[in-house]
Amino acid sequence: MLNTGSNSPDVPATPEVGLPLWLLAELTYRCPLQCPYCSNPLDFAAQGQELSTAQWFKVMAEAREMGAAQLGFSGGEPLVRQDLAELIGEGRRLGYYTNLITSGIGLTEQKIADFKQAGLDHIQISFQASDEQVNNLLAGSKKAFAQKLAMARAVKAHGYPMVLNFVTHRHNIDKIDRIIELCIALEADFVELATCQFYGWAHLNRAGLLPTRAQLERAERITNEYRDKLQAAGNPCKLIFVTPDYYEERPKACMNGWGSVFLTITPDGTALPCHGARQLPVQFPNVREHSLQHIWYNSFGFNRFRGYAWMPEPCRSCDEKEKDFGGCRCQAYMLTGDASNADPVCAKSADHRVILAAREEAETASQPLTEMTFRNDRNSRLIARS
Amino acid sequence: MSFDRHLTPRWRPGYRFQYEPAQKAHVLLYPEGMIKLNESAALIGGLIDGERDVAAIIAALDEQFPGVPELPEDIEQFMEVARAEHWIELA
Ligand code: SF4
Ligand code: SF4
Repeated sequence: MLNTGSNSPDVPATPEVGLPLWLLAELTYRCPLQCPYCSNPLDFAAQGQELSTAQWFKVMAEAREMGAAQLGFSGGEPLVRQDLAELIGEGRRLGYYTNLITSGIGLTEQKIADFKQAGLDHIQISFQASDEQVNNLLAGSKKAFAQKLAMARAVKAHGYPMVLNFVTHRHNIDKIDRIIELCIALEADFVELATCQFYGWAHLNRAGLLPTRAQLERAERITNEYRDKLQAAGNPCKLIFVTPDYYEERPKACMNGWGSVFLTITPDGTALPCHGARQLPVQFPNVREHSLQHIWYNSFGFNRFRGYAWMPEPCRSCDEKEKDFGGCRCQAYMLTGDASNADPVCAKSADHRVILAAREEAETASQPLTEMTFRNDRNSRLIARS
Repeated sequence: MSFDRHLTPRWRPGYRFQYEPAQKAHVLLYPEGMIKLNESAALIGGLIDGERDVAAIIAALDEQFPGVPELPEDIEQFMEVARAEHWIELA
């Protein structure tokens, strides 16, 4: 496991492989919504058959044995899986901290109670409903508000901690104060205010989504003001503000390093080091054919970008590589055509100009929401074919 | 400001303290997060059950590790930090 790059004096040895502490179970790509910033693969409609209950049980047991402690159920919309309560129950029995990541569509008070019974630890409600809904909500539509309020209250009443996740973009980020007020009123324990990341569907729609720098700075300032207020009031609600890396000069340490903490299993059983990795021209293993032990430690896909030996310049001789691992492989692939390149967010990257161009575009863009490519089966097939 | 040792700590709802064999350590699990605790934090954490007050936790650890004069202060400090981080509720 150690040291595959020692033949070159300036490349540090490959560190020992970490434990897969986080297991993300993408149960299904089925979803009643069509968010234009969905992070699912563009060709999701062409993906294979979903894993069965028994196959998920096996995956959960193997990952737990290997050290996984956090288990996330996501999708698509995980609520469409009829065996969800069963999967939660098994996850909890194995000792996982179980997280349900849902849009809330299809959630009922009965299900909230049933999942609690099964051992669910936490529910995250993502306000990634269609923008119309979010906008109605922000505009104060009583009906939409009452519905979410009831669901959020039920989540709290059943003793769950609650995370509210708001995907922000250029069309709603200016209302960040309303978003925060709403989350505080709903008694969220954590609020994630994340600018959509530009993978999958969001990349396709970037011009319609990327906020301007001025918009971002304002939103961050307002968030900080609310943080101070919350702290002064002794309110435990925590605001997490995630900026899009398009406005950074150094990339994020994507997933804490390739194959170091995160393990994603897609609906058809493909194992990925991050949920965006499927788009890469890399062969990834499937849990139907291999044990997780083999997948995590020995498979080609999981070792492809571990350590530093794979890096070309400028990362290779850069003294920051142990900090950011050269950034995101998906972004490098999407924007430069080569997944080994430095993430172009980095100012040292030869392709950094594509990021600069996107920032410029954000200053002048005017693509309205209605012109974006919505995530649905028809669009997925069109894209996958071309 | 002196610490009130009659306060009883309990984990914040949705926070779970457990031993992880793979990490050979106790951890605190919470929504989408995990903190690996050092040995002394794990010893204190293991006594947080919503029943014992801080004085009882100090007494229990003092019995287990006699002759450590800084022990009460360390425990109080843990409580302060854990409360500030909202890991525990003190009532
Ligand atoms: S981002 Fe939207 S469309 Fe994509 S899975 Fe989530 S809720 Fe469904
Ligand atoms: S050159 Fe590579 S390693 Fe250095 S800061 Fe940029 S992305 Fe990170």
